[in-house]
Amino acid sequence: MLLLITLVPLLAALLIIVGLPARVTALTGAIISFAATLLVYLGFNSARPGYQFVSELPVSADLHLNFALGVDGLSLTMILLANIVLLAAIWFTGEIDRHENSFYASLLLIGGGAIGAFASLDLFFFYAFHELALIPTFLLIGIWGYGNRRTAAWKVTIYLALGSFILLIGLIMLYRAVPVEARSFDLRVLQSAKIPAAAQSPIYLVLLLGFGTLISLVPFHTWAPEAYASAPAPAAMLHAGVLKKFGLYGWLRLAVPLLPDAAQRWSNLLLLLLLANIIYVGLVTIAQRRLDWMLGYSSVMHIGYIFLGIASANALGLTGAALLMFAHGLSIALLFAITGEVRKRAPSLDFDALGGLANRMPIAAFLFGLGAFAAIGLPGFANFSAEIMVFFGAFRPGFDFQHFHFLQWATLLALWGVVISAVYMLRAYRRIFFGRPTEEIEPPPTDLGLSLRFPAALLVAVSLFFGMFPQGLIEKISPAFRAYFQR
Amino acid sequence: MINAVVVNSALPWVALLVPLIASALIVLFTQRARDLSALLSVAAVLVSFVCSCLIFGRANIGAAEIPWINLPGLLRVPLGFVLDQLSRTMMLVVTGVGALIHIYSLGYMRDEAGKSRYFAALSLFIFSMLGIVLANNFVMMFIFWELVGVSSYLLIGHWFDRAAAADAAKKAFITNRLGDFGFMLGILMVWGATGTVVFGEMLPRLGQITANPSFLTICVLLIFCGAVGKSAQFPLHVWLPDAMEGPTPVSALIHAATMVAAGVYMLVRVGFLVQASPAALHVIAWVGTITAVMAGLIATQQNDIKRILAYSTLSQLGYMIMAVGLASGEAAMFHLFTHAFFKALLFLAAGSVILAVHHEQDIWKMGGQGRNVFLTFVTFACGTLALIGCPPFAGYFSKDAILALALQRDPLIFAFALFTAFLTAFYMVRLFVVVFLGKPRTPEALNSRESPTSMLLPLVILSLLALIAGFTFFARHFLPLPDETHSIAPILALGAMLIGVALGVFLYRGRNEDPLNLTALRHRFYFDEFYGWLIEHTQEFLARVAAFIDRWLIDAGAVRGASGATWSFGAMLRLLQVGNLQAYAFLFGLGIIWVIYFALFR
Repeated sequence: MLLLITLVPLLAALLIIVGLPARVTALTGAIISFAATLLVYLGFNSARPGYQFVSELPVSADLHLNFALGVDGLSLTMILLANIVLLAAIWFTGEIDRHENSFYASLLLIGGGAIGAFASLDLFFFYAFHELALIPTFLLIGIWGYGNRRTAAWKVTIYLALGSFILLIGLIMLYRAVPVEARSFDLRVLQSAKIPAAAQSPIYLVLLLGFGTLISLVPFHTWAPEAYASAPAPAAMLHAGVLKKFGLYGWLRLAVPLLPDAAQRWSNLLLLLLLANIIYVGLVTIAQRRLDWMLGYSSVMHIGYIFLGIASANALGLTGAALLMFAHGLSIALLFAITGEVRKRAPSLDFDALGGLANRMPIAAFLFGLGAFAAIGLPGFANFSAEIMVFFGAFRPGFDFQHFHFLQWATLLALWGVVISAVYMLRAYRRIFFGRPTEEIEPPPTDLGLSLRFPAALLVAVSLFFGMFPQGLIEKISPAFRAYFQR
Repeated sequence: MINAVVVNSALPWVALLVPLIASALIVLFTQRARDLSALLSVAAVLVSFVCSCLIFGRANIGAAEIPWINLPGLLRVPLGFVLDQLSRTMMLVVTGVGALIHIYSLGYMRDEAGKSRYFAALSLFIFSMLGIVLANNFVMMFIFWELVGVSSYLLIGHWFDRAAAADAAKKAFITNRLGDFGFMLGILMVWGATGTVVFGEMLPRLGQITANPSFLTICVLLIFCGAVGKSAQFPLHVWLPDAMEGPTPVSALIHAATMVAAGVYMLVRVGFLVQASPAALHVIAWVGTITAVMAGLIATQQNDIKRILAYSTLSQLGYMIMAVGLASGEAAMFHLFTHAFFKALLFLAAGSVILAVHHEQDIWKMGGQGRNVFLTFVTFACGTLALIGCPPFAGYFSKDAILALALQRDPLIFAFALFTAFLTAFYMVRLFVVVFLGKPRTPEALNSRESPTSMLLPLVILSLLALIAGFTFFARHFLPLPDETHSIAPILALGAMLIGVALGVFLYRGRNEDPLNLTALRHRFYFDEFYGWLIEHTQEFLARVAAFIDRWLIDAGAVRGASGATWSFGAMLRLLQVGNLQAYAFLFGLGIIWVIYFALFR
């Protein structure tokens, strides 16, 4: 089943390159993969520990390469996210004026690569699938992007390639640090290994640098807003929504269970960085005057909350972090999708050039509003339930009346970000959709067509569902993290 | 009351969820059929009201609990209900006043293009408000607390193409968020100390906080922040007058009768916590007092009929918060109860006048409306008498309860409260005289016509309630009333009221313009100007600095650093010089595999 989910998008990409009609093939592939994911989701047994739906295919015994796929609650959640966003991104891709086939194939490669990375139980494939997904991202920006697209493409390429290279070094260091008898590419074996406390710190720092660049941790974040501002909407949806989560996923999968001592030792550094992500980047976001840049920065800011959950180092905060990855992926994908539609119809995305769009595009305004409120953590959306768990998870451990430790102060400060995000989101919404148009746009922008409402509704509905009933995902995710702390 | 046998029932869930379902149905299916949307919404609130009545009649009712977040040993947040007398009465007030205002809206918003949107948001509001009332734990209350905020945002910004309405909506939401920031901190701290967010489970563990008075004070004050935002207390009161940009029924329901009372309700709900800290109570009482006096003063110099009423709402909320701070939840709830009726009445009657004079809100452009819109005139008079505390109207009893309390506990606060009573009488009489008496000052005011029945019916019902809601024989069925104390407070209050009325009549009878001109009051003590300045010099300044650093230091520096210092990429780029992204990407993939191969297998 997982094999199907992983390979169908890649296969569809291949078929499109060979010459099959791009949009139909892409949609079919995404729907098949999505449907299969739903089956896995329904068939997943929360009560059973460990990985499920495991399928193994030995590639090379000499090299200990083993193409193994499997899911626990965490990877299942991420695969579900990847499938939903992939489907929506493909659906939102309209007519592409040149190299249409390559465009759709690239999207499928990103989606399939991300799914493969999340489903892989083997370190090699975990890494290789991510690389597979990264390359089409560069192409999408460089070839089909907007504005200063070549600079943006080079910048994101250098940053991310460097990030994944450092990550590779970190992974190799990790592998070497594991005692020989537990040394394996198999995540199931590797995860239960113990690395001597003294050896953990250098690995931790290298991984922080590598993963940190991939997920736009301050100060390695400046590629993100520029890339998202230049990328075509479906590429921004897939990268910000799904692929960027790879770094966080890897962190949860490897760094959290394997490097607990280093995490403790460097927790103040991590807290400083994540506070910078929330407060500092939040302020930068307020100063933005273009919608696409603002959204890019806001997605950088939200990484801070996810890291706060990770820094909490308990099952509550970690589960919240995982849930927030899921929720943020949905909301940012929706926001980028609507922004892409606005970009097609309006002369520019400058706040000063836009206004009163709600009159002309009520559906788009409504959907953007839902995405904006989801992103700023309005209850009812999955983002809120996740943020609650992150805040509670980070605040409670080691509570003492007399003396708050840094994690608690960080939680209190991070909470201020909730005000900051309300400020920039509502301000942007007011400028773009409310009020009277600052200048008449010719031709008058048309609203979203009927067919585009479906993918948007999918993103909204899933977010609302898990916002109202988060327990469904919590039950699946939390056992994996509880296991981390029972060893 | 003895909780002998609690019988679980579906009624509370039905009362809560039906408005949500109506709202969802309107959004999804009946956007185009505007009358059907209105009908759905009205039907939903009526169902909720009937459920609330049934629930009210059954003392031993309970409801099933749903786990929302449940991680055993870490965090448990259920969706469950408290169904004591307090919440059952609040349910009646919310759905009862809500139903009347829905009916009134049928008339007021009759030809509105965005009618479906309006009613969907109204239903969402009823759902959210009921959620606050019923919540049995802090997180659930916070959930609905925020949802109330968003429905208020939607309704204030209903006419979103007007700049003033769009700005007011944003301002209301962000100001509320500011308060909620403190509220959430408070919730976190209480949870940190007790390990639970459920009110019922908190009580037995309260000792863990009360053992530490200064910590408790901080907790209570942070939670109070939430109430300061939602109930628009000083210094976060600035959003409420601007919120009057919304349709008038919304001002009546949300920004007078129910939502703004949520802060008071919440403080009474967690009274066990609030009353444990004398220091916090002191702060709360003074915040209420400052708000009451300040808003009363500002109200005397406003010219927009809805803004005058908005400031009077602030002032009355100040009374309620004052009562909470004086450790009497009973007095606060009593005033909340009566105020909900007469303030909704005043707003709806004001809406009726506004409609009659073709959407004019400046009181100096009205005049002589007593003849033209007689029924509105009579009902507005009832509301005014109740608000200024004239016996036997409801406001007299509930306000006196607070004044008597203040006299007993803190003479200084009592003096301010008495002064506020005088101000209330003064500005309401000013409003009344200028709008309803004298001669019409504009052609519109001369030819004004009475509103349709769907609008007048709620006015009449609310007038009756404004008359009887204060009597013990009526109110005691709904609330535990504050103990009657025999003091001189009522006499002094009557005196203050009479002086206010006399002064108001004397100054404003037969005038065509305001004889007073107090600049500071006209400009609402310059709060908006000051906040604008503050935001510009803190948040905006920091934002610009941060953006500058990000662009010119981090980005520029990092890019240069990355391209300069990385041997691998520098070398590769120089070596290849392909300049073609596709070729480069392909080589990059190959290179990675090559590196892995050599690092691991050789």
